[in-house]
Amino acid sequence: MTSHSRQDIQARPLFEPSIVRRAVGDAFRKLNPLHQLRNPVMFTVWVCSAATTGLWLQALGGHGEARPTFILAIALWLWFTLLFANFAEAMAEGRGKAQADSLRKSRKDVQAKKLKGTEKKGPTELVAASSLRMGDIVLVEAGDQIPGDGEVIDGVASVNESAITGESAPVIRESGGDRSAVTGGTVVLSDWLVVSITTNPGETFLDRMIAMVEGAKRQKTPNEIALDILLAGLTIVFLLATATLLPYSIFSVKAAGQGAPVTLTVLVALLVCLIPTTIGGLLSAIGIAGMDRMIQANVIATSGRAVEAAGDVDVLLLDKTGTITLGNREAVAFVPADGVTVEALADAAQLSSLADETPEGRSIVVLAKEKYGLRERDLHALDAHFVPFTAQTRMSGVNLGTREIRKGAASSIETFVESKGGRFPKELREAVDAISKAGGTPLVVAEGAHPLGVIHLKDIVKGGIKERFAELRSMGIKTVMITGDNPLTAAAIAAEAGVDDFLAQATPEDKLKLIREYQAGGRLVAMTGDGTNDAPALAQADVAVAMNSGTQAAKEAGNMVDLDSNPTKLIEIVEIGKQLLMTRGSLTTFSISNDVAKYFAILPAAFAATYPALGALNIMGLHSPESAILSAVIFNALIIVVLIPLALRGVKYRAVGAAQLLKRNLLIYGLGGLVVPFAGIKAIDWLLVATHLI
Amino acid sequence: MTHAWIQNILFLVLLLALAVPLGPFIAKVMEGERTFLHPVLGPVERGFYRLMGISGEEDMGWKTYAWAITLFNLLGIAAVFLLQKIQAVPVLNPEAMVKVPTDLAFNTAVSFTTNTNWQAYGGETTLSYLTQMLGLTVQNFLSAATGIAVLVALIRGLVRRTADGIGNAWADLIRSTLYVLLPLSLVIALLLVSQGAIQNFSAYVHTASGQIIAMGPAASQVAIKMLGTNGGGFFNANSAHPFENPTAFSNLIHMLAIFVIPTALCLTFGRMVKDKRQGWALLAAMTVIFVGALAVTTWAEAKGNPGLKALPVDQVVSVQQGGGNMEGKEVRFGTGATSLFATITTAASCGAVNGQHDSFTPLGGLVPLWLIELGEVAFGGVGSGLYGMLMFALVGVFIGGLMVGRTPEYLGKKIEAFEMKMASIAILLPSAAILLGTAVAVLLPVATASVSNPGPHGFTQILYAFSSATQNNGSAFGGLSANIPFYNYGLALAMIVGRFGVIFPVLAIAGSLGSKKATPESLGTLPTHTPLFVGVLVSVVLLVGALTYLPALALGPIAEQLSLRGVTR
Repeated sequence: MTSHSRQDIQARPLFEPSIVRRAVGDAFRKLNPLHQLRNPVMFTVWVCSAATTGLWLQALGGHGEARPTFILAIALWLWFTLLFANFAEAMAEGRGKAQADSLRKSRKDVQAKKLKGTEKKGPTELVAASSLRMGDIVLVEAGDQIPGDGEVIDGVASVNESAITGESAPVIRESGGDRSAVTGGTVVLSDWLVVSITTNPGETFLDRMIAMVEGAKRQKTPNEIALDILLAGLTIVFLLATATLLPYSIFSVKAAGQGAPVTLTVLVALLVCLIPTTIGGLLSAIGIAGMDRMIQANVIATSGRAVEAAGDVDVLLLDKTGTITLGNREAVAFVPADGVTVEALADAAQLSSLADETPEGRSIVVLAKEKYGLRERDLHALDAHFVPFTAQTRMSGVNLGTREIRKGAASSIETFVESKGGRFPKELREAVDAISKAGGTPLVVAEGAHPLGVIHLKDIVKGGIKERFAELRSMGIKTVMITGDNPLTAAAIAAEAGVDDFLAQATPEDKLKLIREYQAGGRLVAMTGDGTNDAPALAQADVAVAMNSGTQAAKEAGNMVDLDSNPTKLIEIVEIGKQLLMTRGSLTTFSISNDVAKYFAILPAAFAATYPALGALNIMGLHSPESAILSAVIFNALIIVVLIPLALRGVKYRAVGAAQLLKRNLLIYGLGGLVVPFAGIKAIDWLLVATHLI
Repeated sequence: MTHAWIQNILFLVLLLALAVPLGPFIAKVMEGERTFLHPVLGPVERGFYRLMGISGEEDMGWKTYAWAITLFNLLGIAAVFLLQKIQAVPVLNPEAMVKVPTDLAFNTAVSFTTNTNWQAYGGETTLSYLTQMLGLTVQNFLSAATGIAVLVALIRGLVRRTADGIGNAWADLIRSTLYVLLPLSLVIALLLVSQGAIQNFSAYVHTASGQIIAMGPAASQVAIKMLGTNGGGFFNANSAHPFENPTAFSNLIHMLAIFVIPTALCLTFGRMVKDKRQGWALLAAMTVIFVGALAVTTWAEAKGNPGLKALPVDQVVSVQQGGGNMEGKEVRFGTGATSLFATITTAASCGAVNGQHDSFTPLGGLVPLWLIELGEVAFGGVGSGLYGMLMFALVGVFIGGLMVGRTPEYLGKKIEAFEMKMASIAILLPSAAILLGTAVAVLLPVATASVSNPGPHGFTQILYAFSSATQNNGSAFGGLSANIPFYNYGLALAMIVGRFGVIFPVLAIAGSLGSKKATPESLGTLPTHTPLFVGVLVSVVLLVGALTYLPALALGPIAEQLSLRGVTR
């Protein structure tokens, strides 16, 4: 998993000094009421802060409803509440901005060698990379930076894409096939490429990536809007509950004949304490941080909506190769035919594979060496002649003088043996079938007319993947393996890997159909893809992760791009999506639960003068009405700061069922939210008294 | 208190025994399936459809459905209003009642149509038998039918997938009235008559000692008043009157009649969504809130009035008396049955009373007030209780769903911005009516002059009036002279906001949910049938209720109760 190496390089400490410095400045800039209008809860706080400031000025003039210093203290702490919320948002944005800056550095304006035609040999003209338009053809040679996103139309080259992916190992880019897309800002290390530019200036992948991490195009996601509406509803309820307290208080004072009507300062303080400022202040930071976590995982999401949808995914479509199994099959056993020793089979198998550079061939050589002590031999010394695999013969092998050793699929070898006058024994056929049934690939070895036995090639299921799928199952996510293998092989691998279902002999059309079926049943489907033929399925899937190594078409069709091109990343993406939603829910619960303690602080403080019996509600034993109200307001502001790390990091996700997650989070954020403010407000009150600030 | 609890538990057991068969029966009726009543009532149902020129199968979109319900209820308001204005006609009017003043007539018309049954009049001194029967009793049926119809429409929204409609409002109104409310009312009326409730058209009896004893067709109206959680008494004394509620047994029938349909509807819900556990979970949440409230009232009233301790007043339980705070209570019921009745009637948005809530201990009186302010969702009104509870369930699911890392869904339906907006409106509008209404009243001298007690108790009287009207409960705290234009119009407005301000958003949600696909349940889905979710739901109801009304309650019953303890600092 290359993502970790990248994370190690890129991971920034949560409170990197440079980001904090910038965030502090931004926190003040964001005090602009136009900015606050986006967020109904914090806009209310803004209005309250401005109102108390006005009350303070009035008090300075000698017509105040309370001591000017008290009103000033409340006003200041209300402004702090806003600043803290702004700071949280700025911190979340700052991490993205820092990332964008480093990306921007990689986009120096370079000179591009523009070709007149599509021929490499044609005349070139030096132009600025920024002037390239869609359809322009450029030549990029070793040492050059690729001037823009494009499609390779000629040549093969190794390219360093670390500017985009952070991965320093070069990748191969060539014309045709699924490795033809190149990204502007990456560097050609060897050879040359002729590239057809596919984007106009300002629309390149790098541009989009910078815009995304900067949050420039950030829109509220659907769930964020829904939560905003709920929070706005609660804000109005509390506005009503506090505003009506003034008439109630006037009536009560008249009825009781003592005390004074509650002051506006106290009502404003009560309002700000009650409305869900904790979640309201952190909501946008949580959203931005979610995007940021995706970026830390080296995934660029094209919208926040996609990140949110990731948490909802019910079905994961996973390509077998590279995701569930290691890319290549390995030889695991030699099964000799009757009358042949296993050593003889191993020897022939090794000889036939010595020149075979495919991973399967290498694994045969290695197995023979490790299990039977057969050392690799020098082909030239043996006067060997290598017979490569062709589509016609469907076998490969080696000729040693008159010895003709061949290996291949059972049917091909059968034809070969029979053409030499031999016979393909029944027992061998049974051995072949047994291997197929077990999910392996049988490779039959023959020497001339004599079949020697079968090599058992096996897909190697990645370590730990079974446990991963079990986790997913406990999260309620179904895994479906997609493979081109026949159903028998697919079933065996599916069982070994522990996936819930599989689609064998899958064509791109089959994939698309499967996705539509799941969606018709109300499920959300996630998949990864890299080829152009994956594009329709990627466009259909709810969460579609295109591999960065894939074609431009795949990247356009998906709503996320994995820079590491690691198909297993899908699981991480789902977790990040869930984390984002959990953080929102948990902090909402915490925010609302907090209100109980604040009532117990403010209500007795505000009304004990009218009805002394209400003093009994001061169960925290707060020092005085002023200290009680101030303590509640200070707690309300400070809790935002305390929770910034949680908002940025996200509530930890555990792969357990929903019921358990709910129990755990209710206990921490619900019950915790009830209890913590009692302790916090009492502590602040004690400090205020101890330091003679009140 | 032991006796009270034996009664409380007996009540709950009997309630469940009645609701278990009734719930599925209502589901069958509302889904148009045949029941044992169809051979008799089926032709009547079809007769209505023919009369209206419909088949009863036409599906309505939520807006059409909502307007049908609204127009139907507006017509009801107009009819009851006109009846009161022309009641001087000598039809079923032996006591020659004259036309009702406009403000009172309007208040009464709105009150009975919205299932509130707030009564600013005294039945036996204001209304003719014709008005009581044709106006009030009819609306008792129709307002209850409206509640069931809206609930069933909401359930259809949850059940249906990518559907355009949420059912036919006319069919829903006719079916619930014909197969559910009418037969049950008939049985209850007969049971009440057997206990001594009266049912006649006689003139009032003048005794030799000069006492006037009111008569009338009481039993038939009382039956639906309880069953439809309406609560408007035939007589001014409501269920405390011996002709409405003569014995302890009739009292038990009254209480069971209030709760039986709201309880059964939870099970109807479970059957209609094809997951009985969901219905039981909602019922469990309601029961938890109800039993908690009942415990407090029962305890507070049984303890008696601490203010009387120093006086030669015997409040102790003995063979001769039930003991406790007997002020404003009927001796034949005692504190236990009155506490239970008060908790039921306010938990269920009924509003019938068999004692004076005004005379309860402050804590005992706070509980009914708070139950009303929670939104009448612990059982609640017929239909309205459950659809109100479902609004809280949506909020609970929204927050709970996020906490498990998924965008929230209830019964497979995604809860998105539109649903949150509507659920917020349904919770917000009633709170606004209660808080603003009370705020205006306490500032107006004409309104505060109606208060009988000074101080926090007087405040509670006003707060209770607006809470009771808005949440369509209709019980009076007592002590407030509410028959003045300010309260008649103000409370009528509160009733309309509290009724239609919830019905519209509920139907909007029904329409929106019905048009969505359903997500199959998985291990990652927030389970909504578990004790844990019941806990979440109860917490949401209590927290929203507590947070919204705690400041107001602090200046009313809480201040009063704490003063009783003599606690000062």
